[in-house]
Amino acid sequence: MKKSQKEPLFHIVKRDVLPWYKAWGIRAIAIVVALIVCGIITTVTTGLNPLKVYGAFIQGAFGSGRKVWITFQNMSILLIISLALTPAFKMRFWNIGGEGQVLVGALATAACMITLGDKIPNVLLIIIMSISALAAGAVWGLIPAIFKAKWNTNETLSTLMMNYIATQIVAFFTIVWEVPKGSFTVGIINQSTNAGWLPQLFGSKYLLPIVVAAVVTASMYIYLKYSKHGYEIAVVGESEKTAKYVGMKTGKIIIRTMVLSGALCGLAGLLLVGGINHTITTTINSGQGFTAVMVSWLAKFNPITMIFTSFLIIFLERGAGEISTNFGLNQSFADILTGIILFFIIGCEFFISYRIAGRKSSKEN
Amino acid sequence: MAEAAVKLVNITKRFGQVTANSNVSLEINKGEILALLGENGSGKTTLMNMLSSIYYPDEGQIIKKKKEVSISSPRIAYELGIGMVHQHFKLVDVLTATENIILGLEGKLNKKEAAGKIKEICDKYGFDINPDQKIYDMSVSQKQTVEIVKVLYRGANILILDEPTAVLTPQESEKLFNVMRNMKADGKALVIITHKMHEVESISDRVAILRKGEYVGSLMTKDTNASEMTDMMVGRSVSLNIARPKPVNPKPRIRVEGLTVKNIEGINKLTDVSFTANSGEILGIAGISGCGQKELLEAIAGLQPAESGSIKYINDVGEEEELLGKDPRKIEELGVALSFVPEDRLGMGLVGNMDLSDNMMLRSFRQGKTPFTERKSPHSLAEKVVDDLEVVTPSIETPVRRLSGGNVQKILVGREIAHAPTVLLTAYAVRGLDINSSYTIYDLINKQKEKGVAVIFVGEDLDVLLEISDKILVLCGGEVSGIVEAEKTDKNTIGLMMTKVMNENTDAKEE
Repeated sequence: MKKSQKEPLFHIVKRDVLPWYKAWGIRAIAIVVALIVCGIITTVTTGLNPLKVYGAFIQGAFGSGRKVWITFQNMSILLIISLALTPAFKMRFWNIGGEGQVLVGALATAACMITLGDKIPNVLLIIIMSISALAAGAVWGLIPAIFKAKWNTNETLSTLMMNYIATQIVAFFTIVWEVPKGSFTVGIINQSTNAGWLPQLFGSKYLLPIVVAAVVTASMYIYLKYSKHGYEIAVVGESEKTAKYVGMKTGKIIIRTMVLSGALCGLAGLLLVGGINHTITTTINSGQGFTAVMVSWLAKFNPITMIFTSFLIIFLERGAGEISTNFGLNQSFADILTGIILFFIIGCEFFISYRIAGRKSSKEN
Repeated sequence: MAEAAVKLVNITKRFGQVTANSNVSLEINKGEILALLGENGSGKTTLMNMLSSIYYPDEGQIIKKKKEVSISSPRIAYELGIGMVHQHFKLVDVLTATENIILGLEGKLNKKEAAGKIKEICDKYGFDINPDQKIYDMSVSQKQTVEIVKVLYRGANILILDEPTAVLTPQESEKLFNVMRNMKADGKALVIITHKMHEVESISDRVAILRKGEYVGSLMTKDTNASEMTDMMVGRSVSLNIARPKPVNPKPRIRVEGLTVKNIEGINKLTDVSFTANSGEILGIAGISGCGQKELLEAIAGLQPAESGSIKYINDVGEEEELLGKDPRKIEELGVALSFVPEDRLGMGLVGNMDLSDNMMLRSFRQGKTPFTERKSPHSLAEKVVDDLEVVTPSIETPVRRLSGGNVQKILVGREIAHAPTVLLTAYAVRGLDINSSYTIYDLINKQKEKGVAVIFVGEDLDVLLEISDKILVLCGGEVSGIVEAEKTDKNTIGLMMTKVMNENTDAKEE
């Protein structure tokens, strides 16, 4: 096609805004195509029946009552972190420091539980835990925000670096608090007294994060859509010059939003340590600070859509884990399948904004 | 003589539901300057972009030398001898003229040889550039020259110039026209897109008119006149006079004294600027672009810190308020109703991705005591602006970036005058707007003037400045080269003042 004067086989044309049902139709087709491709690859490389593999996927996420609860619990933590990152993203502040912000929140929670456990009433302890977790996350968000607001440093780098600092600090305290000595782990904190363990809702140990996630989702939706702050965030994100032109203090807005973003990550840390794991490790967050970036983007920063995208990611994760154990395949194979599915889901967004137009004339060259 | 260099046949281009060009057929002839006329959004640029491969037509053919061609990449456009100089220059700032010109060409890199060839082109047509000069050191007109030479260097014999004079002084435009005449004499086909009627009359041989994406017809320039062309463009007859009502009871409203502004590099953008803007008057600001107009308006609006000087706001009872050093919000809190229509409409005045109603809210979102925004009144303001100013938009919920330039400007001006300003700052209020929208804007500005608003009108078209302003302040390199009564001066005088600060004008400054 280089030098020829022939009409190209196709060209790309921008679409009008599609009605929602057509957009979702395209997404549904993408998932079906992804499943077919996954099926072919599964059969070719492992010789397994793809339908069985898909069955295992669903088994992994919904196989038993307990599995369902864990799926929703994991989903709610991921959702909270994604929602935490969202206001920053809407402001075009690329906070990829969710990982670190969650970790310091987790660390603050663990610190309170270990140092204050049994010394003060449990209610007071939980209040102090919550405040310190949120504050720790907020500080972790505040530091890069100040750099950005005052000296316009690149927030992608500074938030990323803060992750490593957080990991190292947690590693340090793991040694300080290790039980038993030499194990390099903290072990279950206050196992006998349960001091600082977050309360169970309606007798279910899984319900608390889910309820918190629901509240955060609704609040974030309202905050971004209807509040003055939300409007300011949107304007700063679209055009800082416009924000200044109407007298918004962009520095203040950046700092305020990142404090919120960090604090919500801290909340996720609180739930992870105080509500779910009751211990702390450097990998307690298992990379969800980064996964959340994808969840938030996939949902186009819409908190309600994020319920679905976080569910999708967790579903794939849990299903992939199941097939790697069930069929004696290693984790990498599961990752390949997840990768293919995500590729199609993200890739189909292109076809929602653009369409491919074929040759305009029927005559063949 | 009219030998077609390239022919467009039944070209249609759609963007989603919007049809930018519908069934357009047009011939571009060798040795002829064709002016392409049309209102904003009539599809002039889109049509030309299909010749230069930015877009690909949905339907229709492009025929060159009796053969249908398919222009699918810039390289093919160059091979066919088609070159376009865009409204926004596409140059790499840190490279020299030569480097920019040969950028992307295949073959061995030989800058010396290239520089020689560039010199040859310059001599042939009368361009004046230094091949070794870096782009960032160049004035706008020099950059434009580089763009034109770049196109010629690639062997273009069909040249398309998209609003080339929008950024030039009258003298520079005249220079460009001379070069264009030389190219025409050399047998090249030229297309110029412009909104300025007097330019069409002085430079073109033929005019082709588009209206709402459709081809209306073409005329020989010598057989027509500005009002006939305008009528064809708009589709009904339009009056081409700008009113200048007499100022009623002018009183000083903004007094600027000794204002000096430096940019980040520490270079003076404004030096010791002093003037007074009166209520009920339009103070025009003339000057080559980049001579401090932007800094001046932004300093008054509270967006530009200054080295020294003062900007006083004087209210109706004569109390003075210093504006310098206050941000827009503080100025608003002082009770100073200041409206600012900035040059960069979508980058500063509006948010392109937000809808009409949200853009109206930019000025009013702080109202109310709750932490939530009140959305009803911006929505009804948006509806009112759409109705009053005849904004063409699919709906109030459409992102403003989807509207055409004229409609975007109407939204911005409509919002800015909605809160009953006492001072109105406008920068290039009609840049890129067609005649019809331009006159709507002039009218709006005049209405504000009659209401007693002090208007500061930064403009580029001297004809318009002379017609609409009461006084004209001329800036040159950040200095005031004079303040003149618009009625008592002419284009040439102002043109000269724009290029140098004249010594005898020091006393004019004192008036």
